[in-house]
Amino acid sequence: MSAALEVEGLSVAYGKVEALHRASLRVPEGSIVTVIGPNGAGKTTLLGAIMGLLASRGTLRYAGAALEGLPTEDRVARGMCLVPERRELFAGMSVEDNLLLGAFHRRGAGARALAADMTEVYGRFPRLAERTRQLAATLSGGERQMLALGRALMAKPRLLLLDEPSLGLAPRVVREIFRIIADLKRTGVSMLLVEQNARAALQVADYGYVLEIGDIVMEGPAAGLAGHPRVIETYLGLSAKTSQPD
Amino acid sequence: MNEDIFLWLIQDGVTNGAIYALLALALLLVFAVTRVIFVPQGEFITFSALSLALLEAGRTPGTLYILVIGGLAAAAMEAFVALRERAWRRLPRIAALYVLLPVAVAVLVAWAAPRKFDQWIQVLLVLAMVVPLGPILYRIAYQPLANASVLVLFIVSMAVHYVLTGLSLVFFGSEGLRSRPFWDAKFRLGVLEVSAQSICVVVASLVLILILWFLFEHSIYGKALRATAMNRVGARLVGIPTVLTGHLSFLLAALIGAVSGILIAPITTLYYDTGFLFGLKGFVGAILGGMGSYPLAALGSIAVGLLESFSSFWASAFKEVIVFTLIIPMLAWLSLRSRHVEEDEE
Ligand SMILES: Nc1ncnc2c1ncn2[C@@H]1O[C@H](COP(=O)(O)OP(=O)(O)OP(=O)(O)O)[C@@H](O)[C@H]1O
Ligand SMILES: [Mg+2]
Repeated sequence: MSAALEVEGLSVAYGKVEALHRASLRVPEGSIVTVIGPNGAGKTTLLGAIMGLLASRGTLRYAGAALEGLPTEDRVARGMCLVPERRELFAGMSVEDNLLLGAFHRRGAGARALAADMTEVYGRFPRLAERTRQLAATLSGGERQMLALGRALMAKPRLLLLDEPSLGLAPRVVREIFRIIADLKRTGVSMLLVEQNARAALQVADYGYVLEIGDIVMEGPAAGLAGHPRVIETYLGLSAKTSQPD
Repeated sequence: MNEDIFLWLIQDGVTNGAIYALLALALLLVFAVTRVIFVPQGEFITFSALSLALLEAGRTPGTLYILVIGGLAAAAMEAFVALRERAWRRLPRIAALYVLLPVAVAVLVAWAAPRKFDQWIQVLLVLAMVVPLGPILYRIAYQPLANASVLVLFIVSMAVHYVLTGLSLVFFGSEGLRSRPFWDAKFRLGVLEVSAQSICVVVASLVLILILWFLFEHSIYGKALRATAMNRVGARLVGIPTVLTGHLSFLLAALIGAVSGILIAPITTLYYDTGFLFGLKGFVGAILGGMGSYPLAALGSIAVGLLESFSSFWASAFKEVIVFTLIIPMLAWLSLRSRHVEEDEE
């Protein structure tokens, strides 16, 4: 299967401290790949480097084409999209404007197409539909998460990078988010999913990587990883820990 | 002071204040979007005011040389990047935007200058010469440093300011110029004699502010500018190009500068370096407004205009001193309020 994303020997440093050491991974076309790992392992760093927000060394290929030197906005224009850990919403703008700007690179698509996409997003997140005029800054934490995901959906990405999309959400909303992820997969979107909620992530994913202090220490088909004793002990645990406060 | 003088001073202050308000808005916009403290704003005022006065006199303004030289420099930089990246398809667009357009405007102006067309045509010619200078300037001086710190960008701004002032002296010489008023009438309003020119200034400023507000609220590009100002990382993640917002904000700043110059030209005699002082007062207005809110900046600018007008009556020698001293308590308050000035780097 051809790869939507290929990462080879990717290193990222903050000043002198290297946070990611020659990581390599692959997201096959149309599949969901998850990266799990403890706090501070470098998961967010990895996603930032893939989007071009952080300078990195190593090779990055998206749909077969090299990404080196390409600014973030060009990566977005080619169909990559990140739901960042800090959400990075436009706080002083309405829910509607945030969604509209999510489709900025598709601004030529025509008002009708965008309105249809917006209706679809509102259909998925009725809470947002009730708050189209509300400022993003005044949304609750969970609503903000929904808006961040909704904004990403407006971009119609081919490769979606998700940084802890279920962080701090109520179980019912978490289920909704994972349902959206499964839906998107059916429409052919490739995904790289970073989650604290390793159980849910491994359930929805096809393949998984374990990242620890900047190194990929384990990888394998998701089902296999979920059954691996070390993963069970460290990441699935006995307690039903689902998410970690920020 | 009698009532006449009092009202006259108010009229004078509000007229100047309206122009400072425009400049303050441009400064805030450019700073919020690009983090550039746009010192050279004043040069756009000078260029447009002097160009208008020269066109009225039937002379060819040197602005067209500045435009062509700037365009060629920007074209060279763009072409260099395109050649290095082997992106041949970009070359025609570069040639059209940075070479053909400036040369066409220059030829048009050179042809029109001795013919002394109507004033409104001259105004359009001035806008055509000065407004493109904004994006050209951004391309040459700021785009290569888009990720630099506020301080570095400020130093660049100072350098650009000196270069442009130098060019201004070369092309306009050191004589002071003033243009004809747009509307040479006076109305009696009770005891006050209102000049039509002041009304023009205030109305034009208001209209421009309303247009800008409409663009920011209702167009996707205006929203992209606001989004960039609010959250730089978020803006990049939805695919808003830094280069695009940079060009747009400089385009609007140049437009505002040019319009201010056109509005001021009939009221004040301008020299090659006068614009800087106007820009600085817009900056004081923005600071008085707390350096964040557009409406407060507009109010602050009106306050600057009034203060200036009254202090020129009571203590004309200290007029500038009084205006610029005003920012010290304001800056102290601002720095107390936000102990930590954010140098946002992602
Ligand atoms: N801007 C920064 N400057 C310096 N160090 C940083 C910076 N951002 C992250 N780090 C460090 O890099 C390492 C990896 O951070 P990263 O945010 O990628 O972890 P993570 O795997 O996403 O963790 P979490 O699960 O808590 O979100 C951490 O040790 C962190 O302290
Ligand atoms: Mg993280």
